Amino acid sequence: MNPIILSRWQFAITTIYHFFFVPLTLGLVWFVAILETIYVRTGNEAYKRMARFWGKLLLINFAMGVVTGIVQEFQFGMNWSEYSRYVGDIFGAPLAIEALLAFFLESTFLGMWVFGWDRLSKGSHAATIWLVAIGSNLSALWILLANGWMQHPVGYVFNDAAGRAELVDFIALMANPRGWLFFWHTISSGLVTAAFFVLGISAYHLARKQNAEMFQRSFRLAAIIGISATVMVVLSGDTQGRYLREVQPMAAAASEALWDTADPAPFSVVAFFGSSGRDETWSWRIPNTLSFLYYLKPEGEVRGIHDLQAEYEATYGPGNYIPPVALDFWMFRIMVGVGFLMVALAAYALYLPLRKWPEKWVRRLRWMAWAIPLPYIANTSGWILTETARQPWIVTGLLRTENAVSPNLTTGLVLFSLVGFALLYAALMVADVYLLFKFAKAGPEAAMPQTVEPAPAPVRSQDE
Amino acid sequence: MSTEFLQTLWFILIAVLWIGFFLLEGFDFGVGMLLPFLGKKDEERRAIINAIGPHWDGNEVWLVTAGGATFAAFPHWYATLFSGFYPGFLLLLLGLILRGVAFEFRSKDASPRWRSLWDWCIFGGSLLPSLLLGVVFANLARGVPIDANRMYTGNLLTLLSPFGLLGGLAVVAAFLLHGANFLGLKMTGDLQERAHGFSRRLWLVAVALVSSLMIATFFFTDTSARLGLASGIVPVGAVVALLLAGYFIGKKREGWAFIMGAVTIVLTPVTYFLAMFPRVMISNTNPDYSLTIYNASSSPYTLKVLTIVAVVFLPIVLIYQGWSYYVFRKRIGHESHLEY
Repeated sequence: MNPIILSRWQFAITTIYHFFFVPLTLGLVWFVAILETIYVRTGNEAYKRMARFWGKLLLINFAMGVVTGIVQEFQFGMNWSEYSRYVGDIFGAPLAIEALLAFFLESTFLGMWVFGWDRLSKGSHAATIWLVAIGSNLSALWILLANGWMQHPVGYVFNDAAGRAELVDFIALMANPRGWLFFWHTISSGLVTAAFFVLGISAYHLARKQNAEMFQRSFRLAAIIGISATVMVVLSGDTQGRYLREVQPMAAAASEALWDTADPAPFSVVAFFGSSGRDETWSWRIPNTLSFLYYLKPEGEVRGIHDLQAEYEATYGPGNYIPPVALDFWMFRIMVGVGFLMVALAAYALYLPLRKWPEKWVRRLRWMAWAIPLPYIANTSGWILTETARQPWIVTGLLRTENAVSPNLTTGLVLFSLVGFALLYAALMVADVYLLFKFAKAGPEAAMPQTVEPAPAPVRSQDE
Repeated sequence: MSTEFLQTLWFILIAVLWIGFFLLEGFDFGVGMLLPFLGKKDEERRAIINAIGPHWDGNEVWLVTAGGATFAAFPHWYATLFSGFYPGFLLLLLGLILRGVAFEFRSKDASPRWRSLWDWCIFGGSLLPSLLLGVVFANLARGVPIDANRMYTGNLLTLLSPFGLLGGLAVVAAFLLHGANFLGLKMTGDLQERAHGFSRRLWLVAVALVSSLMIATFFFTDTSARLGLASGIVPVGAVVALLLAGYFIGKKREGWAFIMGAVTIVLTPVTYFLAMFPRVMISNTNPDYSLTIYNASSSPYTLKVLTIVAVVFLPIVLIYQGWSYYVFRKRIGHESHLEY
């Protein structure tokens, strides 16, 4: 163990954990905004109750996303000070802009939404949740542009005198296709995460015949958004994959475990690797298919890991430029496999309201709650793939992860912080899941407001 | 725009972000620390939390933005500060995490043990960041060991010198008073009376600690040597405002008491930033190793981009955040809906 390995584990754990909460926020906030807008337009109180019910769950989730997000902002300086010095001129800007444009917007208006039900007009109140939706999705855009730059650096020059990379073209940074493809893929998967969350919880209540009308409406909305968003996830993922082959060929080759350059290239459906994860022992291949996926025709050259390794050694000097192939190969397959499963489930969900809720299906609908974890699995494996397939680089072609860590950190200190975060995060996860279960099961009544009289006779609060 | 102008502008902007943070999150940290002592019954505690409910998250963004702006405009400052003061920022983060979820979680289960647990998380999560930021700023103003490679060479104990601790305690006391003054404005009836009582008692503590700190900055920083005795108007102003706050607390003029306390809260970081300028990390190993706005900044191009963004969007933020305070200007009364 050394500070580099521990810092990498800490970053991985805190980021993956943070991203358990972010996609649901990104997607569910649009649901709440749509429901409240229908309430404002129609005056139908049922939609207000729905907005409050899903809003309650959104808030429990939102809090976790916010507090774990601050860690990310500080961690670059704490554990990755050399990274911060080396690319701060470029990377710092989107982070600062994210805070100024997005964080203020979402947090200020979320506060107004939560506490403003009887202080704002109906229309203004609905507007606040739209601003929260815009703010949180805007923050995703800026952080993904920052990450897109780490994957595919653009708009910079290297300043030898200062010993760092410097921004020369902010428009290029903002227009980086890598970042925009990330954004498209991420907001779609946020909507998918929210859709399965709403479908699963609605299914639970429908099967128990509680608030049937309300949960039928929620289910229908989630099914429509679910099928559109799963298809968007597939399309954006496909586009992103092809762009990946162009700008990060090593990452693409690792995700496919393509060792040797081939034309036409076969597609490995499954592959098994030796203990190092960098050598393959057996795979099942379908000829021509990988070329087809990349070029939409049965031939076309796809570069292999060995070739790229030789090229990078010639460019950057001796070293190992091969990412953890076995991990990336399997993360990619888990993500894609779960993705297609979700397309099928969303289609099934859409079928139910179209067939007017057949009784024998609705009775057994509880199983759909078990599909709630699926988007989480896909989101997590997708990010593990993205971040590890870039290794050994922290910024592709510019800075290696091992050179980015803070030089003053000791093993003991980072171990202490890693354990501290892990314990706290584990405890909070228990509390968070407990509350989500509690309020999801309790249904809309528990989400309505309470008044408390600080006057002589203490009134029992009604949220028990 | 010359490079020096941009560097100075960003030093000022980052100072403004920190001042905004002290001013706004200062009272909600104070309220968080007072919560278990001021609120005896659960209904009272809920009313207290709901007084800062709509605002605390937006207030905290001032801290996040200050961090982000430091990263973007002065990468070396950001890198040296956050890696150097690692244990301090770790505890700060753990505190902020607990506090943030505690607001959201505490009233969502009726068990008294659950609620009491989260109330103490709010207390600790407000105390720890206040104390640590006070310690950090006192050390920034005084100087810390930094080597030729811009690396902090001390440890946590280096920061916890008597001057650092005094800085921490003074900020805690000032925030406590600020929080009690805020509750005096927001509460009704019995709670308002109790908040007033806390303001009176905390005022004495705040006067003792803040004036000691201001006197200590005269001896422990080089401000007066560099900027002359006239620079002393800022720390003296902080103490005078605090004395006036005491006068208004005595007269039960809550609005003025809050404003005067706020002036003290604002002038405290101003004192520190004056002591630092144009340095951002003062090296007491060798003055030549100090990080300054000139050798720690981003390129002029990046600073220009950031300036355009800040000039356009900072006023918009101020307008809508101001509006949110306007919307929730009423006291928390009997018929208020409690969301937390």
